[in-house]
Amino acid sequence: MSVLELIIALPLLAALAVWLGAPARAASLGATFINLILVFYTAVQYWGKTGLAFTYSRPILENPSLSFAVGADGISLILALLTTLVMLAAIWQIEDRPPIFYVSSLLIGGGALGAFLTTDVFFIYGFHELALIPTFLMIALHGRAEPAQRKAVAWKATIYLGAGSLVLLAGLVWLVLEFSGGSKLTFDLEALRNQATLTPLPAAKQAQIFFVLLLGFGSLVSLFPFHSWAAPAYATAPTPVAMLHSGVLKKFGLYGLIRIALPLLPQGAHVEWVQNALLLMLLGNILVMGLVTIHASRLDDTLANSSVMHMGYIFLGIAAGTEIALKGAVILMFAHGISIALLFGLCGRMRNQLGTLEYNKLGGLATHAPAFTVLFAFGAFASIGLPGLTNFAGEVMIFLGNFTDFKVGVLTNLQWTVILALWGVVMSAVYMLRAFRSIFHGSPATGLFMIDPAFSQRVPFILLATTLLVTGCCPWLLLNLMKSAL
Amino acid sequence: MSVFTIEAGLALLGLALLLLEAFKPGISRQTLGLTAIVGTTLALVLFIFAPHDSASQPGFIQPWHQLDSLALFYKGFALVITILVLWLTLQCAPYLTRYTVDGKLAEMFSLPLIVCAGMMWMASARDLVTVFVALELVTVSFYVLVAFARKSAFSLEAGVKYLILGALSTGVLVYGIAWIYGATGTMSFEGIAKALANPATSKTTALFGAAVLLCGLGFKVAAAPFHMWVPDVYQGAPTPVTAFLSVGSKAAGFVVLTRALDAFLVEGSIIGSEIQALLLVVGSLTVLLGSLPAMFQTSVKRLLAYSSISHAGYLLLALACRESARFDLSSGGVVAFYLATYLPMTVLGFLGLGLMRANGLGEELKDFTGLAKRNPLLALLMTLSFASLAGLPLTAGFLGKLFVFLGLADHGYWGALSCAVIAAAAGFYYYFKTILAMYTTEGTDVPALTFSFPARAVAGALALAILILGVYPKPLQGVLTSDRAAVVAK
Repeated sequence: MSVLELIIALPLLAALAVWLGAPARAASLGATFINLILVFYTAVQYWGKTGLAFTYSRPILENPSLSFAVGADGISLILALLTTLVMLAAIWQIEDRPPIFYVSSLLIGGGALGAFLTTDVFFIYGFHELALIPTFLMIALHGRAEPAQRKAVAWKATIYLGAGSLVLLAGLVWLVLEFSGGSKLTFDLEALRNQATLTPLPAAKQAQIFFVLLLGFGSLVSLFPFHSWAAPAYATAPTPVAMLHSGVLKKFGLYGLIRIALPLLPQGAHVEWVQNALLLMLLGNILVMGLVTIHASRLDDTLANSSVMHMGYIFLGIAAGTEIALKGAVILMFAHGISIALLFGLCGRMRNQLGTLEYNKLGGLATHAPAFTVLFAFGAFASIGLPGLTNFAGEVMIFLGNFTDFKVGVLTNLQWTVILALWGVVMSAVYMLRAFRSIFHGSPATGLFMIDPAFSQRVPFILLATTLLVTGCCPWLLLNLMKSAL
Repeated sequence: MSVFTIEAGLALLGLALLLLEAFKPGISRQTLGLTAIVGTTLALVLFIFAPHDSASQPGFIQPWHQLDSLALFYKGFALVITILVLWLTLQCAPYLTRYTVDGKLAEMFSLPLIVCAGMMWMASARDLVTVFVALELVTVSFYVLVAFARKSAFSLEAGVKYLILGALSTGVLVYGIAWIYGATGTMSFEGIAKALANPATSKTTALFGAAVLLCGLGFKVAAAPFHMWVPDVYQGAPTPVTAFLSVGSKAAGFVVLTRALDAFLVEGSIIGSEIQALLLVVGSLTVLLGSLPAMFQTSVKRLLAYSSISHAGYLLLALACRESARFDLSSGGVVAFYLATYLPMTVLGFLGLGLMRANGLGEELKDFTGLAKRNPLLALLMTLSFASLAGLPLTAGFLGKLFVFLGLADHGYWGALSCAVIAAAAGFYYYFKTILAMYTTEGTDVPALTFSFPARAVAGALALAILILGVYPKPLQGVLTSDRAAVVAK
């Protein structure tokens, strides 16, 4: 028995208990709080270590070899921390909702934890699928739109994510067939890794498999041009689901690329055609989606599109593949998860109280809701990449990571991409500052009135904002967890 | 007590119940049903503790009767599904009796026992004659069962369709058997395998016989293009019978297919490559023709019928992948595994349908609206059943599909694999459409549904089986590979 098994089981058991009639809020908050402490404790235990720790394996099938194997390294722990933090905030901010809101939040969070903390490809994939179901159901059933429209949005997301998952499954099966060695099929990530270092594939073949995995994982992360499900889904999703999916679950695709695709296919990402394709796609995320975001006229649209856009930077880190860029990508994954969850949480609150999120109807909220404004500012500025908040650390590391082999006068494709991608930062500033100004500044618009939430309802947002500030000022807190080479 | 005695005893118990009902009209259906259930359960217990080697069987039966791991597995399978079907019949009795003559259900409790005996015998068959006799024992009993709700036009229509097509397929099957006998001079699977490995055997005759035989069996397992009867028959038959058809009859068909294909595709078989290609084509067609129309169904029972066609397709594809060194399960083992996972999820689905029907609801998609509000537990269990049928990871259904996909990929059958993947994707759509309906709350101000404790317990046990098989399949694999382990040990 490993502590990680407890961490995975706790939210799932709590979800079952709530569904069968346990007091929803108490059970969910209790389980999530205990889970946060457990993950924090695990991270402290791991502090300064390298490699996979807390491993435990229960074989469930001999040949093909499958086992319920848990294990965590720095990346999984950072993402587990992200998951539990966002889960606590998302569950805490639920007010006057039926139990299914708590159940689905627990299932999404529990599924994400399972995907991040297991080391068998079968379970990594399985837990992610488990988390997608409640996302789909909640958008279709409790989304913020007319029934027909929200069902359409839910189906669109499901079709993209379902097709992406199948492509991903194909890629994973391909990996298993290639790297199982001669005798026995295995799904164990460590075994596959060992085989991959022992008998690496030729670069051309690595590139093919990497591309399949990139398409599969990529559509789960809304990689351009497979992104069009994401913005409407987040804008429609109920608040806790939007927080958990955009903040946590979407990181699964990136995690998979860093944890599975890169180590097994180290040359795959650097074969020219794959790299160029990836660079084009991520530029699509940053520049095209940046312009789309500027065009948005409602806060939920802005946030949803910006969340698609920021994925481009993380892909940039993966494309560079250098140590520093990859660590930057992980930090940005954490930072983006926290900041977008904070913003979606606040946005949901505004929608409940004001009934509208259109910029031209809003204004002057800062007058009566100063604390709310400050909290929103944390999210918005983190999202722009203001130094002192975590996102900055991640973005800078990614940008610098692309210039480790810089020669004066010769720019590689990667470096050109960075130069173009930097304009995305400008776009972020444009839309975030404009949103901030039209919502909070000026004189209060007539008929709209909003006061600060009670302190108990501020706690989840304060938790997220503090996390951004602490890890932003001391990014080494996260970097120390990732001492081993990626 | 030998396994054969248990089978014979089960058939005798069925006959006894039939006579009891005829000569003692006052007997309550509760008594009959419980006797049948207790009798079958007793048979299951005796079967588990009976000696499991062929030598323990009575001498006269040994030439026709074998007890390998596959036979033992399917015998247990037949007993379990029969117990569940009998129990489900008892649950559905209040509404079923409205459609039967005199409001009686007697044969609904005795015929399943005879079917069960037939399926158990079929699992042990060593030659085509035994297969034929056992298969007819099963099919003829099903003719009665399908048309049992005689006052319902749908049930009658289903009965007639099943009778005509069943009789036709029996004819085709016999014709195929005759040709194979003509080509190989023997009826036993061992003999056929030996003859087919001999290049002197006439290839055309053997191939024609094998193909016709497969057509006949294709009817029984609902393989395309012989699947047309399935939606109407499944929809019209009483729900417990549909569950029995969908799980029991399908398993019986696949046991025979496994045995026949083991002979046809024996090492060095002269018709091996043709039969394999045929299987791949038929399997690919079946998954697609099952899955794609299912997307447009509005009746959940009909949807389950189409899904059952598509599951038959996956099973055929599994049979097309012969042994692989990288895989511990033979193709017959994969089929058995798939069927073992198919049992709890399908029965749970039909159980839910039957329970809803017993509570005065219909079987249409719209009747599922708001089920989560009316009975959260039933909705949760049905969600699990449908998610597993769709092949959601961590449920039993995923592993079965994964084995099929791995087998196809390992052999490089990319065309069939793409068909299977498309069908799986379509499957996700229609199963989740149903799940979504269960959780939709708008406009449903309907009273809560309640179910008896035994109903909840059985449904819960099936759901648990889905989860356990989904995350801990090792023991089942152990059962299915015990033979191979023994062979390796020797």
